[in-house]
Amino acid sequence: MAKLLIKNGRVMDPETGHDQVADILIRDRYVVRVGQNLHAIAATLFDATGLVVAPGFIDMHVHLREPGFEHAETIETGSRAAAGGGFTSVCAMPNTQPVNDDATVTRYVLERAARSAVVNVFPIGAITKNSAGQELAAIGSMKNAGAVAISDDGKPVMNSRVMRRAMEFARVFDLPVIDHCEDLELSAGGDMHEGLESTRLGLKGSPGCAEDVMVARDLLLVEVTGARYHTAHVSTRRSLELIREAKARGLPVSCEVTPHHLALADADMIPYDSNYKMRPPLRSRQDVAALADGVAAGVVDAIATDHAPHPGSEKMQEFERCPHGVIGLETALAVALQVLVHSGRIPLMRLVELFTLGPARILGLASRGRLSAGMAADVTIFDPDVEWTYDVNRSLCKARNSPFDGRKFRGAPVATVVGGRIVWQR
Amino acid sequence: MSETREKAQLMSASEIERTLVRLAHEVLERSDDLDRVAFIGIRRRGVPIAQRLAARINSLEARDIPVGILDITLYRDDLTTISNQPVLNATEISFPVAGKDIILMDDVLYTGRTVRAALDALFDHGRPARVQLLVLIDRGHRELPIEARFVGRAVQTTDREIIEVKFKEIDQVDKVLLVEKVD
Amino acid sequence: MAGLLGIEGLERSEIEAILNRARDFQPFENHTYKRLDVLKGKLIVNLFFEASTRTRTSFEIAAKRLGADAVSITAAGSSVSKGESLVDTLNTLAAMHPDAIVMRHAASGAPHFLARHLATPIINAGDGTHEHPTQALLDARTILDQRPSLEGLRVAIIGDIAHSRVARSNIHLLSKFGVDLVLCGPASLAPPELARIAPGVRITYDMREAIRDADVIMMLRVQLERQHEAFFPGGEYFQFYGLRLEHLDLARPDVLVMHPGPINRGREISSEVADSQKSVILSQVENGVAVRMAVLERILGGHGKTAD
Repeated sequence: MAKLLIKNGRVMDPETGHDQVADILIRDRYVVRVGQNLHAIAATLFDATGLVVAPGFIDMHVHLREPGFEHAETIETGSRAAAGGGFTSVCAMPNTQPVNDDATVTRYVLERAARSAVVNVFPIGAITKNSAGQELAAIGSMKNAGAVAISDDGKPVMNSRVMRRAMEFARVFDLPVIDHCEDLELSAGGDMHEGLESTRLGLKGSPGCAEDVMVARDLLLVEVTGARYHTAHVSTRRSLELIREAKARGLPVSCEVTPHHLALADADMIPYDSNYKMRPPLRSRQDVAALADGVAAGVVDAIATDHAPHPGSEKMQEFERCPHGVIGLETALAVALQVLVHSGRIPLMRLVELFTLGPARILGLASRGRLSAGMAADVTIFDPDVEWTYDVNRSLCKARNSPFDGRKFRGAPVATVVGGRIVWQR
Repeated sequence: MSETREKAQLMSASEIERTLVRLAHEVLERSDDLDRVAFIGIRRRGVPIAQRLAARINSLEARDIPVGILDITLYRDDLTTISNQPVLNATEISFPVAGKDIILMDDVLYTGRTVRAALDALFDHGRPARVQLLVLIDRGHRELPIEARFVGRAVQTTDREIIEVKFKEIDQVDKVLLVEKVD
Repeated sequence: MAGLLGIEGLERSEIEAILNRARDFQPFENHTYKRLDVLKGKLIVNLFFEASTRTRTSFEIAAKRLGADAVSITAAGSSVSKGESLVDTLNTLAAMHPDAIVMRHAASGAPHFLARHLATPIINAGDGTHEHPTQALLDARTILDQRPSLEGLRVAIIGDIAHSRVARSNIHLLSKFGVDLVLCGPASLAPPELARIAPGVRITYDMREAIRDADVIMMLRVQLERQHEAFFPGGEYFQFYGLRLEHLDLARPDVLVMHPGPINRGREISSEVADSQKSVILSQVENGVAVRMAVLERILGGHGKTAD
């Protein structure tokens, strides 16, 4: 029986709205009390004076690469990077090898996580077998095995009939359907956003409408099927408008934004530097501004990193040959603080909500994303003002593909508590 | 849950009432300094006992003894996995525990594990000067070295039997039943 | 960073210096060339991942006329689009200790990638659809052989602009010199962004409007594959965007017709036009060597150069 007493931090709980200096008493895996001047016998003390104490952050879009691509990342190393970014829970996308499209792979991921991960890992199962977009994956059994959502992320579900069937089926199991919205015929292998920059650099572009077209289709199918739906990594102004309208009509729709899409536009890319190459690509300045507006207006429900490690060898090639994706677990908080809070766009509590209650609600994790007695003892402790410089070479994950190497930030995680234990400290 | 059948009624409403009056007087007798005394009822059915005793003492001595409620769900030693349902914790202790003469109250004292968890929970609120235990029924079969200072009634039971205490505040009726497990 | 990755990052004064020096390297009346030993002892490696006899030979000759040694590495059997990854070639290159690398590759940004990992000056001989700086330089030199200056000239670039690195380099160069530049092609091959990558550029989809009063008409190659990718209806290209004799009446009487080569007769340009007096296509080829000599001398001959 282990006790942890976090003293004197600024405790922020988006669910209750509480924002005050208080102590938190944790016993084993639960938060027992939040209050003033708490005592506990034989408790580990953590002095959180001057720090923010929030519910444990949840990243609902992470690629852990295991099984199959362990040279790029493993569940263990990905979880360490997560803890180093202040995250206490991550959702593992299914584009592994084999694809997580049935209960055996789901269970494998959970077992590996139980043995080697330092944070909670929640598997996301595939929508279709092998994510090939044709036959439905074993959605029901994956849910029973512990999947919290389904997605073919990395790919869209191009066939509308298949997506409709998946939504109908998933609704019965109350599983949210997460789509990577990209009409592959429109994006046609583009390497970056189609616009002035891609024209200047002579690179094939992927237009914003490739995303918008698919978001529109998905929202129409949600109307028909009533399924819970979540748009992964929204990147365009138009997609956000569509989502806002759908929400206004009462549809069960949610969406996430990545830190890199909030911070960087196509014009910020160092020419031909693959650390800026991901899907969806970095978009125009207008799109970037619209994303921040969407966060401020409450259209965006969560921030998720889409952490996508690739080994250095793969990212060190001509731009068009490099795989898409950047890492982001360890810079997420700092980037989000910089773009959204230090700039004055949103209050700190709203930012905390985007990392905690927002994803917890979407995924149905009732004991997480909240900080009050009876909740799981997952806590993120951070300093919103400490100045630091990101050195990607000291990253805890295996990969190094980040666009933020060398950037100065203000704000960083200080300690991560998972299940009542401090699993990482600055 | 296995089937049960009622074997006997151990206490009627009036018998419960008389026992509580007697317990209130015992508490008054044995407390040197009423100013330091506070009652803490263990959820759920320790709570009506604490409330009724405080009311009784108030009418006898015109004193307000503070009453707190202790929820021990999070202190049980059989809580393992985190389910998707948050574990409710409804402890309400609005007075400082440090230095107080606490009387912990529960309906039935059996193995003692509940009381041990309650002590754990209580001590996380502060260090009282003294803790004493008051129960309506002591049914024996202790598994830990815990005894009650104030006992309403001691009853011999087998481990196939269950004591069910019912209070108006929760169960709409006051009585104590002896019930037996049936396969 | 020394080298020449593109026109976009060059100052007008640097371009002028190269164009002026190129004059010294143009052939004499008797078709002989000046020969220097400025680059004696230097090794220039031509790294050509895309087949291109014309450009590669042009660079080889330029190198040799300056006294340098030239070695060519071509990717074996690089046909359809991509060769092998550049990383494989890096080590080989580094071991050769070249003084400069001339590189052509099908991927935009490939020379930038190489420049990040090697200290050797890199000269871009064409990267994907991004830039072909020496082509724009020799095009400018060719125009200047016939006109006193570039300022205020009306130049029309016609064809598959979206996929043309020649067009981009020319847009950057001509814009820096105050040219009135018109781009023209089928809508899907002439996206509006192209008019915004440099000042002084506009787009029209009407060829006759593009050619009206033009001083220079640059025709670009169009590839058959674009038809298959649904960029325009098959069989209609020449009808609407191919240059024929009657078009020349719309331009100025002394108009120059240019083409980076190789020409598709009957696809983007009719034989009559290609062989007419107004065509300076052959001069372009000759100027290719002169301009490349000027570039190599500037980069390797001790003149400080920064180009991007």
